[in-house]
Amino acid sequence: MAYALHFAASILACWLTAEVLAASTWTWRAPRVAIVCWQAVGLALGLSAMGLPMALGLAAYDQPTGSALVALGTDLAHGTLPAGVGAVHLGLVGVGFGIGAVLLTTTVRSVYGTVRAQRRHRDLLSLVARRDPTVPGALVLDHPSAAAYCLPGVKPRVVVSAGTLSLLDRAELAAVLTHERAHAQERHDLVLLPFTALCRALPWFRWVRHAHERVALLVEMRADDKARELHAEAPLAGALRRFAAAGHRITPAGALGLGDRDLDVRVQRLLVPDRTPRLLGATALAVTTTLAALPIALFLN
Amino acid sequence: MTRLGDLERAVMDVLWDMVPGTSDGVTVREVADALDGRELAYTTVMTVLDRLAGKGMVQRQREGRAWRYRAAGSREAHIAQLMLDALDLGGSRDAALVRFARSVTGTEAEVLRAALSAEAGLTDRVEDPQAGQPPLADEATDR
Repeated sequence: MAYALHFAASILACWLTAEVLAASTWTWRAPRVAIVCWQAVGLALGLSAMGLPMALGLAAYDQPTGSALVALGTDLAHGTLPAGVGAVHLGLVGVGFGIGAVLLTTTVRSVYGTVRAQRRHRDLLSLVARRDPTVPGALVLDHPSAAAYCLPGVKPRVVVSAGTLSLLDRAELAAVLTHERAHAQERHDLVLLPFTALCRALPWFRWVRHAHERVALLVEMRADDKARELHAEAPLAGALRRFAAAGHRITPAGALGLGDRDLDVRVQRLLVPDRTPRLLGATALAVTTTLAALPIALFLN
Repeated sequence: MTRLGDLERAVMDVLWDMVPGTSDGVTVREVADALDGRELAYTTVMTVLDRLAGKGMVQRQREGRAWRYRAAGSREAHIAQLMLDALDLGGSRDAALVRFARSVTGTEAEVLRAALSAEAGLTDRVEDPQAGQPPLADEATDR
């Protein structure tokens, strides 16, 4: 029973940590640390969700979940179950494995869907996108709407639309291209992947979607940081403002374009210089790694 | 870009420029003739068209002993499709792309979707190259 309590406490702690991480703004000044924290919370939550029903089912063994599972395996092989392990308990262990299987299959399905969409996108790009001397190393799509994105992969592609070329000046464009290359180099698509998969697995949980949005914003901030290292803040902030304004200009009065609030936050962050919160970051890292270590230890023991 | 990708693009350009939307399409020989400057073997052009058909970019119809090929969608429709992906309006739940910023309005989305659905309904008609273009070009350039 003690082990089930451990897992339950871990789930509660994950939820609390996620709430704190989502609400705090120091994360914007240390996006990389914050991303690692989110990953640790996600891992701890997944393992604890599997572990809780398993530990309840294995309470009779009075051993850490890992060893208890092994013991159950040997007992099942010999066809002799100890007293206190009935159908309900076996069912609970099954539920634990089921949760693990659901998490695994949604991740695999997510990867499969993503790879297919990327291949299709890549094929179309190679047929209709053109190279342009003003943006070396990037592909240009002849469309008047403003878009700039990275198609991730082993051979990543940075793409901008003709609308972006006319929207931004030379320095702003260079900053945006560096931002996109940062996405490609640091494989931010892989960072986001487990959170996208989790959203697929649990679409009805508001705070799972919330966590995904937070991490997506942090990934953008991380790429912004890479771009500001090379090009200073002003052009990047200018580019973000122009994107926001391009949305407003063609919006019916009152309605905001999607993602406007996030754009504002990113611009503000660039304009107000602030020191990296080392102490807070280190504390958060310590808390979240402990959080992840607890369920791992219970499974390995 | 690979040589094969380069060829595929050249062949698609021929299909788009020679027979914009007409229903009967062109033969391998006609494509090879249009690509005269490249001195491609007939079989090479056939292989490329075959690959494009496999990817769903090209439709073909048997006419007598030869196949007639035509583009499955216009160049504008493909660009509209890519832009829907780029602006995260494609309705996909997968994170296939990582974007710089999203500032898309409902109008823009409607225009892009309209470009695609018009394409789906009128594949057999002659395409007006401007039909799929949203009227935003001036707004973006006059800044």
